[in-house]
Amino acid sequence: MNKLIVSLSPHAHGTDSVERNMYGVLIALLPALFVSFAYFGIGSAIVCLTSVVACVFLEWVINRFVLGNQHNTIIDGSAALTGLLLGMNLPSNLPIWIILIGALFAIGVGKMTFGGLGNNIFNPALVGRCVLLVAFPAQMTSWPQPGHLLQYTDATTGATPLALMKQAIQNHDASILDQLPDAFSLLMGDHSLGGGAGTIGEICGLALLAGFAFMLWRRIITWHIPVSIIVTVFAFSAVMHLINPIYADPTTVILSGGLLLGAIFMATDYVTSPMTPKGQIVYGISIGLLTIIIRNWGAYPEGMSFAILIMNAFTPLINSHFKPKRYGEEVKK
Amino acid sequence: MNIKTFRIGGIHPEENKLTHEVATEAAPLPQQAIFPLSQHIGAPARPIVQKGDKVKVGTILAEASSFVSAPIHSSVSGTVAKIDTAIDATGYRKPAIIIDVEGDDWEESIDRSKTLETLSAHPELTPEEIVERIKKAGITGMGGAGFPTFIKLCPPPTAKAECVIINAVECEPYITADYRLMMEKSDEIIVGLELLMKAAKVTKGYIGIETNKPKAIALLSKKVSEFRSQSPYQIEVVPLKQRYPQGGEKQLVDAVIRRQVPAPPAIPVNVGAIVQNVGTAYAVYEAVMKRKPLFERYTTVTGKRLQKPGNYLVRMGTPMQLLIDLCGGMPDGENKLLAGGPMMGKALTSTEVPICKGTNSVTILSGDEARRKEPQPCIRCAKCVGVCPMGLEPYLLAKLSAFKQWESAEQEDIVSCIECGSCQFTCPAHRPLLDNIRQGKQTVMGIIRNRNTKKQ
Repeated sequence: MNKLIVSLSPHAHGTDSVERNMYGVLIALLPALFVSFAYFGIGSAIVCLTSVVACVFLEWVINRFVLGNQHNTIIDGSAALTGLLLGMNLPSNLPIWIILIGALFAIGVGKMTFGGLGNNIFNPALVGRCVLLVAFPAQMTSWPQPGHLLQYTDATTGATPLALMKQAIQNHDASILDQLPDAFSLLMGDHSLGGGAGTIGEICGLALLAGFAFMLWRRIITWHIPVSIIVTVFAFSAVMHLINPIYADPTTVILSGGLLLGAIFMATDYVTSPMTPKGQIVYGISIGLLTIIIRNWGAYPEGMSFAILIMNAFTPLINSHFKPKRYGEEVKK
Repeated sequence: MNIKTFRIGGIHPEENKLTHEVATEAAPLPQQAIFPLSQHIGAPARPIVQKGDKVKVGTILAEASSFVSAPIHSSVSGTVAKIDTAIDATGYRKPAIIIDVEGDDWEESIDRSKTLETLSAHPELTPEEIVERIKKAGITGMGGAGFPTFIKLCPPPTAKAECVIINAVECEPYITADYRLMMEKSDEIIVGLELLMKAAKVTKGYIGIETNKPKAIALLSKKVSEFRSQSPYQIEVVPLKQRYPQGGEKQLVDAVIRRQVPAPPAIPVNVGAIVQNVGTAYAVYEAVMKRKPLFERYTTVTGKRLQKPGNYLVRMGTPMQLLIDLCGGMPDGENKLLAGGPMMGKALTSTEVPICKGTNSVTILSGDEARRKEPQPCIRCAKCVGVCPMGLEPYLLAKLSAFKQWESAEQEDIVSCIECGSCQFTCPAHRPLLDNIRQGKQTVMGIIRNRNTKKQ
């Protein structure tokens, strides 16, 4: 008689896989990446490519030779995703050797030290970015102006919208904000008005929102984290703007800097974000508040990365306190 | 109109209802019929026949041995060959009565006519009489779990039944036995429901059907309106949005009457609902109106690689091999044989396992369909939390079970798990979540039982 396979139920599995989710996020990042090619040209391509290749290579080396695992983990796409996110969080004129250090910290320290995919406490790409931000503050805060497609490290640099906002607050001068591009050009990534410099990935709000829509459609992420961050930031900065006009208006705040990139792609990182809808909303609100606090009153013009890393540390605590609503918890009469 | 469904979690497995339009045929009699003594939840039945005894179709073979138990009747006529052990759906050898089949000679008390007996024509049937006949006929839940039906009709004094809900959801992929029963025996099902309502002393009844069975919804709605003129019972056919595990008792109660059953030990009747499978309603009709004990049932025999999958009216005790041969034999290569569907069915170790009271399907999956993928590390995507219909955190329960953290597992309500498998179905990392949770749940339930006995 033929052999019968015996195992416990369920005997069926859906089509979802780790790869489908990781490559799905990569696809969702493509619109923003293509826009960055159009704005930063060769610089953007060099930085992103270096970062992806370095992250994938480092994961392979560490997994194979340091940890001694035979199983190849780079095909799951998570290392490439970390690489692309790291690249998109950097200025497009960053020298290759600095990018390599960033990749080493992202994969080597942020991810593999904790045991690889699924075990890291902090978002690896942000670990890499923040190490670079602290270690190389000059290189990490010189921002090439969009439109010079053939320049790399020799690019013309300019002020980011966030730097202008910071100046306005520090000098108590609301007129500095007049130099900001309007909300529509930030959304469309139209930087002909100037002042629209920034990291590779944060340049076009619309492209990021398209990625968000794609991920929602493919059920890769849920709305809870991005929406709670954006709503919190909007509400908080609206209040600040009404109290004192040296604080920029809420729409510009949401569309400038890494806010959308962070809210949609970094804060939603599976491994480091809370597991329940309630917990995710608490996490999102906290990130929103911290971001505005750091942007308005901290030493750095951008607070998104730090806010996410801080809340990454709180994720286990959130998980143990915010439980899903159990079936039968309240009996509806 | 907004189509109803349950409120927490749920998944959409591929339907694979290959046999929807295949009319039911009576399966031939086996040469030997096997009757495991434990076909229901509760104590195994106690044999009252001996080797060499002659039995007829419908003769009682074993009686209920305690309150939560059910008698077992012969589905064939012949001689008791032995009282021995046989491999059942658990994979172990369990006590069973084995009968050599000779002819097809029925007990005279069984009414074999096809005439429909309506409840209004039998005013002599009191609720107590109905319950007694159900009990004597050995009827247990026909949807799989196999809880003795009469107990559900006698709720504890703390609870009051308000309605009977007929579970005609059939949310498991592949299985079509309930659907065929509805299409072929709709009048009997409605009378069966009325009997259940009378027995439970309620006047409200619902039949929950998923919208992937539009013909059954239309047919039963039509029949219900025909009965309405002559019946004091209000029956409503409730179309439900297709979603697994809607056929879970708790999910169905939530979907149909918008009430959630509190955590165990509460049961649906604590919120006023008595849930019975549609097959059970039919068995109740036959038992009460035709004096026919439960010894045959509708069973789907299905699988993508079977030559001729079909629906059969099967005498209990028939070995699965006989049914598989009717469908063109076991496909070549590796197979997985399931009693039930792919979500909650049990994988069997032998094709000689007999059809029992709860066997709604014999499903054959190919090796490719059945093999699990290599598990990867948990990526904490929280998809298992999103699909859990009980609002639990499967990733956490699985981890706590794997690390034997029983106290924490109990605090995280591991005993509420209904083992539907939605978490494991969804997990992108192919983790064996339910394997671990099941083990943890059993251990924690044991700990709770011990604690309660010590207290007493």
